[in-house]
Amino acid sequence: MLGIGITQLRRSTPEVSYKELMFEAAIKAYEDARVDPRKDVESFVCSSEDFWEGTSIFDEYVPDQIGGALKPVCTISADGMYGLATAYMQILTGLFDVVAVEAHSKASDIKNLDSIYDLSLDPIYTRPLGLNASFIAGLEMNKFLHSRAAPISSLRRVVAKNRGNALLNSLAMNGAKLDPYELSHSEPISYPLSSHDIAPVADGAAVAVLASEEAARNFRDDPVWIAGVGWSSDSPTLETREWSEATYAKLAARQAYKMARIQNPMQDIQVAEIDDTYSYKELQHAEAIGLAGHSKAHELLEHGDFDRDGTLPVNPSGGSLGMGNTLEMNGLVRVIELALQLRGEAGAHQIHGVQTGVAQSWRGLPTTSGAVIVLSNK
Amino acid sequence: MRSMNIKKRVAVVGAGMTKFMRRAQETGKELAFEAVRQALDSAKLRIEDIDSVSMGSAPDAFDGVHMKGEYLLDGAGGWRKPYSRAFVGGGTGVFSPIHGWFHVASGLFDTCLVVAEEKMSSCLPHPQTAFLTIFDNMLERPLGPNLIWIFALEMQRYMHVHKIPKEHIAQVAVKNKRNALDHPSAQIARKVTLQDVLSSEVMAWPVQRLDISPVSDGACAVILASEDVARKITDSPVWIDGVGWNLDTTYWTNRDLYFPRYVANAARMAYSMAGIHNPRREIDFAEPYDPFDYKELHHMEGLLLCRKGEAPKLTVEGVTERDGKLPICPSGGLLGVGNPIAAAGMMKICELFWQLRGEAGKRQVPGDVRTAVAQAWGDLMQIGTVVVMRS
Repeated sequence: MLGIGITQLRRSTPEVSYKELMFEAAIKAYEDARVDPRKDVESFVCSSEDFWEGTSIFDEYVPDQIGGALKPVCTISADGMYGLATAYMQILTGLFDVVAVEAHSKASDIKNLDSIYDLSLDPIYTRPLGLNASFIAGLEMNKFLHSRAAPISSLRRVVAKNRGNALLNSLAMNGAKLDPYELSHSEPISYPLSSHDIAPVADGAAVAVLASEEAARNFRDDPVWIAGVGWSSDSPTLETREWSEATYAKLAARQAYKMARIQNPMQDIQVAEIDDTYSYKELQHAEAIGLAGHSKAHELLEHGDFDRDGTLPVNPSGGSLGMGNTLEMNGLVRVIELALQLRGEAGAHQIHGVQTGVAQSWRGLPTTSGAVIVLSNK
Repeated sequence: MRSMNIKKRVAVVGAGMTKFMRRAQETGKELAFEAVRQALDSAKLRIEDIDSVSMGSAPDAFDGVHMKGEYLLDGAGGWRKPYSRAFVGGGTGVFSPIHGWFHVASGLFDTCLVVAEEKMSSCLPHPQTAFLTIFDNMLERPLGPNLIWIFALEMQRYMHVHKIPKEHIAQVAVKNKRNALDHPSAQIARKVTLQDVLSSEVMAWPVQRLDISPVSDGACAVILASEDVARKITDSPVWIDGVGWNLDTTYWTNRDLYFPRYVANAARMAYSMAGIHNPRREIDFAEPYDPFDYKELHHMEGLLLCRKGEAPKLTVEGVTERDGKLPICPSGGLLGVGNPIAAAGMMKICELFWQLRGEAGKRQVPGDVRTAVAQAWGDLMQIGTVVVMRS
């Protein structure tokens, strides 16, 4: 990974368009990678979904502001980490040496987020039931707590940890010093889910530049290496999925760890940036990708292991709860935060002495799809 | 691009296709399932043999389903597999196999199932209304443009620059609808005369009703495998030897539309990878994207199969007939077989597979066909996607 560029994440960005956000992230990434987008970057991969954008065939609107016009450019309708996986495959084929990956969110332009979530449900079987995203998340959260016999206070602790971490991250928009005990008095939206458990949506853009090993060495001495990539999906229907487990993350991690030759993730990984768009998801995902034994994540968390100064810091950036939920950009935010840690450039939230880290993303409700990437600075 | 040192050679080992029709009773998931079932059966494989899945489908607005790729996942065979959806508008049908090619050529997976599905009929009153949402929110949408309107501009420009009479272009519709009579999945195969096309209803001059492909539902699937695995599956794999894609600027109003330079760039990329120096001589037949009759001609020129402005002449001379010197759209194309957007592009990949295996039945191009090219086109007259295949 030659270069990374990211804008600040903010609740709204009325003074710029999505094109200007993308431009800012692209310029930063190309400067960081020391590449000329028109000369050195051979292919561009964007990640977006039409309904988030309010435009059909959003691929039409991506090339100019990232330097991709009249070049191989494509869109992957998924999270940015899937875009990154596509760029990674493109390089491995031998077709290209340098590929840029982009993802962004202009969530503040979306008038009614809930109605878009509703449109992702099966139009025949489940949409007529009038479920909404918070209702589904509440069900899943309840199932998670019940199946682990975990106290709800552990989820308040996830919120307090991540929003506290975000106070030290200049890109984050939702940092706060919170007392988990105070949070436990908040009213549920859909029992046991309360508004504190939901990462608020944010605007922003991110770009990463990938290169083959040979080309990377021409551009810089200290790139961060992609050691493994994986992605997977479980059942898309609410009726037939495994509600208590994040099987998609487990399968994605298996693929990524195999590639990275990681046999014991709890030992081999020093830092993790994982999906926490709902508080319980951090613990569910931590277990799924092997950072905790089954039913053990809440115990490790309560013990302080996932804190910034713990044995395995999880979301030292603040995660989505602390930084903001940037929709299809979330995966790329996690990867960029991990890359900053491995470069020793994470500033006030730097974890010292990290060599290998894992980033994980989930496409959000109602999907069961997600990706895992292992990065290393060795 | 570095000189072609591709990690793994990739073959197509199976293909499947549903009937293309105006209004399918099946859901999108079921259409995808049927195409996948056929593709698996044709390669004598089971879904357990598939390592990864690439999905192709055009705008979510047709179905009104957000994250349509996730919705189609189980029907397309993606359950508990690495599954993802690539989307480049109308170019998707030929880009999805390229996306599938990444999976296998990278060495990450031995096999990839590529599925393309489209169900346009659920968009009411007409899928054309979904296309109103592809335009720039601020600059263009207030003008209420639609696809026929902008393609009429492009067609007019093409005719004007090369002084092409409408009769020459209409010949493409006559040929493709006739070719489709031999396609068992075709939606609007029929014998039409030049006069029928020229006297059909004017939609937006110079575009008339019979110049346009129909609205369709349908699905296609192909199975890709790495060389060593492919040889175990079949004695006659068809190789994907060249891939190319290229996206032009968003600002289509600032471009000269008479020539699709992005298609030419994509074609050059694919030809260079396949080691093709003289496409005119080395390509045995082609399946360029033909949602409108003039687009077949436009794309023959973009694919460098003839000089600029020469395609209409070759058509009138019969060169592009199925038994001509350079058969173009022997399948019947979108004009005859139908146009379920992403599935229509993939239909061309299926056609290359069947033709190059000598399995195209009544549609079989006579003689020894070894090398062929398929192409699709999409976004705002903006992207070209090209695949070169060899027997």
